[in-house]
Amino acid sequence: MVHLKINGSAQTFDGDPDMPLLWYLRDILGLTGTKYGCGMALCGSCTVLENGKAIRSCTKPMSALEGHEITTIEGISTHGPHTVQKAWAEANVPQCGYCQPGQIMQTVSLLSSKPHPSDQDIDDEMAGNICRCGTYQRIRAAIHAAAKETA
Amino acid sequence: MITVENVTRRSFLQGAFSAGALVLCATKSPFLTKAAASGTITNVSPGMMMGSVPTIDATTFHPGVFLGIQPDGTVLIVAHRTEMGNGVRTSLPRIIADELDADWSRVKVIQGDGDERYGSQDTDGSHSVREFFDTLREAGATARLMLIRAAAQQWGVPEAQCVADPPHVVSHKPTNRTIGYGELAAMAAKQPVPKKEDVKLKQPSEWRYIGKPAPGYDVTDVCAGKSLYGMDVRLDGMLYAAIAHPPVLGGKVKSVDDSSALQVKGVKKTIPIDPFTPPHQFQPLGGVAVIADNTWSAFKGRDKLKIDWDNGGNASYTSADYKKELQETARQPGKAVHTNGDPDAEFAKGGKIIEAEYYAPHLAHASMEPPVATADVQADKVTVWSPTQNPVGVKEEIAKALGMKKEQVTCHVTFLGGGFGRKSKPDYAVEAAVLSKKTGKPVKVVWSREEDIKFDYFHSVAAMYIKAAVDENGMPKAWLQRSVFPPISSTFDKDAVYGSDGEMSLGWNVIPFDVPNFRSENGKAQYHVRIGWLRSVANIYHAFAVQTFANELAYAAGRDPYDYLLALIGPGKTIEADQPKEVNGKYPYDTVRLRRVAEMAADKAGWGKKKPGNGWGMGIAVHRSFLTYVASVVEVEVDGGGTVRIPRVTTVLDAGIVVNPDMVRNQFQGAAVFGTSLTRTGEITATKGVIDQSNFHDYQVARMNDAPVHVDVHIVESTAPPAGVGEPGVPPMAPAICNAIYAATGKRVRELPLTRNGFA
Repeated sequence: MVHLKINGSAQTFDGDPDMPLLWYLRDILGLTGTKYGCGMALCGSCTVLENGKAIRSCTKPMSALEGHEITTIEGISTHGPHTVQKAWAEANVPQCGYCQPGQIMQTVSLLSSKPHPSDQDIDDEMAGNICRCGTYQRIRAAIHAAAKETA
Repeated sequence: MITVENVTRRSFLQGAFSAGALVLCATKSPFLTKAAASGTITNVSPGMMMGSVPTIDATTFHPGVFLGIQPDGTVLIVAHRTEMGNGVRTSLPRIIADELDADWSRVKVIQGDGDERYGSQDTDGSHSVREFFDTLREAGATARLMLIRAAAQQWGVPEAQCVADPPHVVSHKPTNRTIGYGELAAMAAKQPVPKKEDVKLKQPSEWRYIGKPAPGYDVTDVCAGKSLYGMDVRLDGMLYAAIAHPPVLGGKVKSVDDSSALQVKGVKKTIPIDPFTPPHQFQPLGGVAVIADNTWSAFKGRDKLKIDWDNGGNASYTSADYKKELQETARQPGKAVHTNGDPDAEFAKGGKIIEAEYYAPHLAHASMEPPVATADVQADKVTVWSPTQNPVGVKEEIAKALGMKKEQVTCHVTFLGGGFGRKSKPDYAVEAAVLSKKTGKPVKVVWSREEDIKFDYFHSVAAMYIKAAVDENGMPKAWLQRSVFPPISSTFDKDAVYGSDGEMSLGWNVIPFDVPNFRSENGKAQYHVRIGWLRSVANIYHAFAVQTFANELAYAAGRDPYDYLLALIGPGKTIEADQPKEVNGKYPYDTVRLRRVAEMAADKAGWGKKKPGNGWGMGIAVHRSFLTYVASVVEVEVDGGGTVRIPRVTTVLDAGIVVNPDMVRNQFQGAAVFGTSLTRTGEITATKGVIDQSNFHDYQVARMNDAPVHVDVHIVESTAPPAGVGEPGVPPMAPAICNAIYAATGKRVRELPLTRNGFA
């Protein structure tokens, strides 16, 4: 039995301990904002926060999450859009949008540790998040805008 | 011809519209007949209003565009095209809203289901705006006039004194009265549809939304993770399926041991899926499905299947050997596609001959959302939720596979997590339907990334050969080009070995250069994997060869590549293009426009201001595709280890009238990244029929730290009819990058990707 918090609410899980967090979120809790893209922590579509830091939920087994707090894309906007989401909309970042929840969660994590990231910081942090539509330039601009807003 | 009809009294979209709504439909078809229908709107997701656009009982009815005005003033527009990042759920409604003088914040978009009566819903070929621009405008303008007439009637004033200004109300300025669209809807609905000659379309100077940048209609929901993608569909009692597909195309299961798979917690059973009957078309590939109560268990169970396969004839396919075959074919005379003048006579004269061979490998689409679909098959009907570019195809293929009528199949179109052409092929939706029928439950089929990469409808590999005879100034007097690739038509005809007219029209049958003697040819190639269309299709390899060769000729002539390119294009003219007559009339191939984008791109990029060499250089390429003229200048920095950095791409496009410039910029920025991916690392290979790549570690696509840093997109102001914008940004990228690398390093890239040339 695994006890954890998802977006602030206590949950228990007694299924296959090898099940990655991603599928628990999507198939069991119905939190489908977190996306499947590769299953190997290669693309970042599944990014969520574990105790405030970005992780790839597709390779994180449930057995490793006892007592941990998970925040998903659904959990950052309970009181209206998050600053990062607002910056995303302002820059009209998304094309297909499928990777964007992961990009946004990675950004939330980045800004929590580096409130004013340089271009190099952004490239380093975001290199694990693939956008096949190619919105990287707008993502970079939106991160700078969100950083400014947070200041 | 466009016809607009008032369908308020025909109970269209019942459930969507309130009593007292005005509902119009517009169509290009001349066969309008009476229509009656009923249906309900179901809201299955907070993020996306899913339309159950009704079944219509008159078979010849083709409602291309639906527009309704509710008594509360809400304007409902049915989007019958697919949203996959192309922005159609924003651009198409904005065209209507503009002519309607609607308040954009009061427009709601409903996603239309698959219905052949819309006409083609295939969202590919970059044609959504260009195909529907006129129809949407006329629908909007017609509704506006009906509202004005209703107001004039109510007030008892001349129609000419009433205007739709400010938006969403009709005003009578002389008496300073206004009335809202919602209040007018019921009365407007009683108006006869105005005569065509009475409907006045706006002048471009009066446009409110067309040509003005707008954020995506769905942007807030998308960023909140609320939009419903195919991957996100959940139905009560739904089962999940993962499929072990035959490793080689055409392979069959000899035997299967599923005992370990069945021991996986959550796995319910395994089900064989029949192999296809050639040609493979959009049929499932066959294999063994693992049915489970969640995706993870299905994946895990699939990985534990022990299957002995009969691989069949395509097990002979090893791409390294096949490459040599294609190259050899490209060296031999092929089938003439297009000829101007007498190139053979010119070549026979001797003189300076320049020739080169080019090669580009298979590519996979690798959209971020792999193929996925959910189907619920019942005795007399099928409901399917699919991320699809081709919802009517989904209906047809499922009906065929289950022995039902396509009218019994409802296809709800979800958001697509990328498509790029892969999601025009509904094989995965058919799998869901077949498995739902066999289990008696709703089934969601989820392809893993590995399945997606290995079992794609691949962009074809191509070998090309080009030869030119040049005069004393280095200008070509004769030009011969030959391309060889397994054609897309092999997906539909197992004997197809030549490129279709369509493929040859994608940058090969004609070139935009002033060459008096020209012939393009095509050689035979046998397919061994499924071949399909991928964003910009054959333009990718054709533009790579032609635009690289033009660059090679420039250096052979000792000239600046940009100056030489302009000389090749010449002053510009309308050239004879092998495109349909109706297209030629509206969209002549005008190299004046091509020259202009080249000049602008060079100017904006600062061409010629810095001397290339020592690891720095610029490259230029031009290409017209999907009726849009594009020039891209790419700047590269290449370090001693061969790592290529792209600080800037400057793209200029002339796509005629542009509806949403910000979305168009986004498309071209994205196309530059897509083009960088395929140039740098894009390569699918096969060994004994099995695809060697499987995920993003060995099929790499551009990431933020290796994508172009800046992509500056400039849109030529134009009053020409709208052209395509989703794909045309891709083709110039490979040659522009490779030409830049030559300028920087002196190393010529004639084979993609860069990783095959010592670059990374």
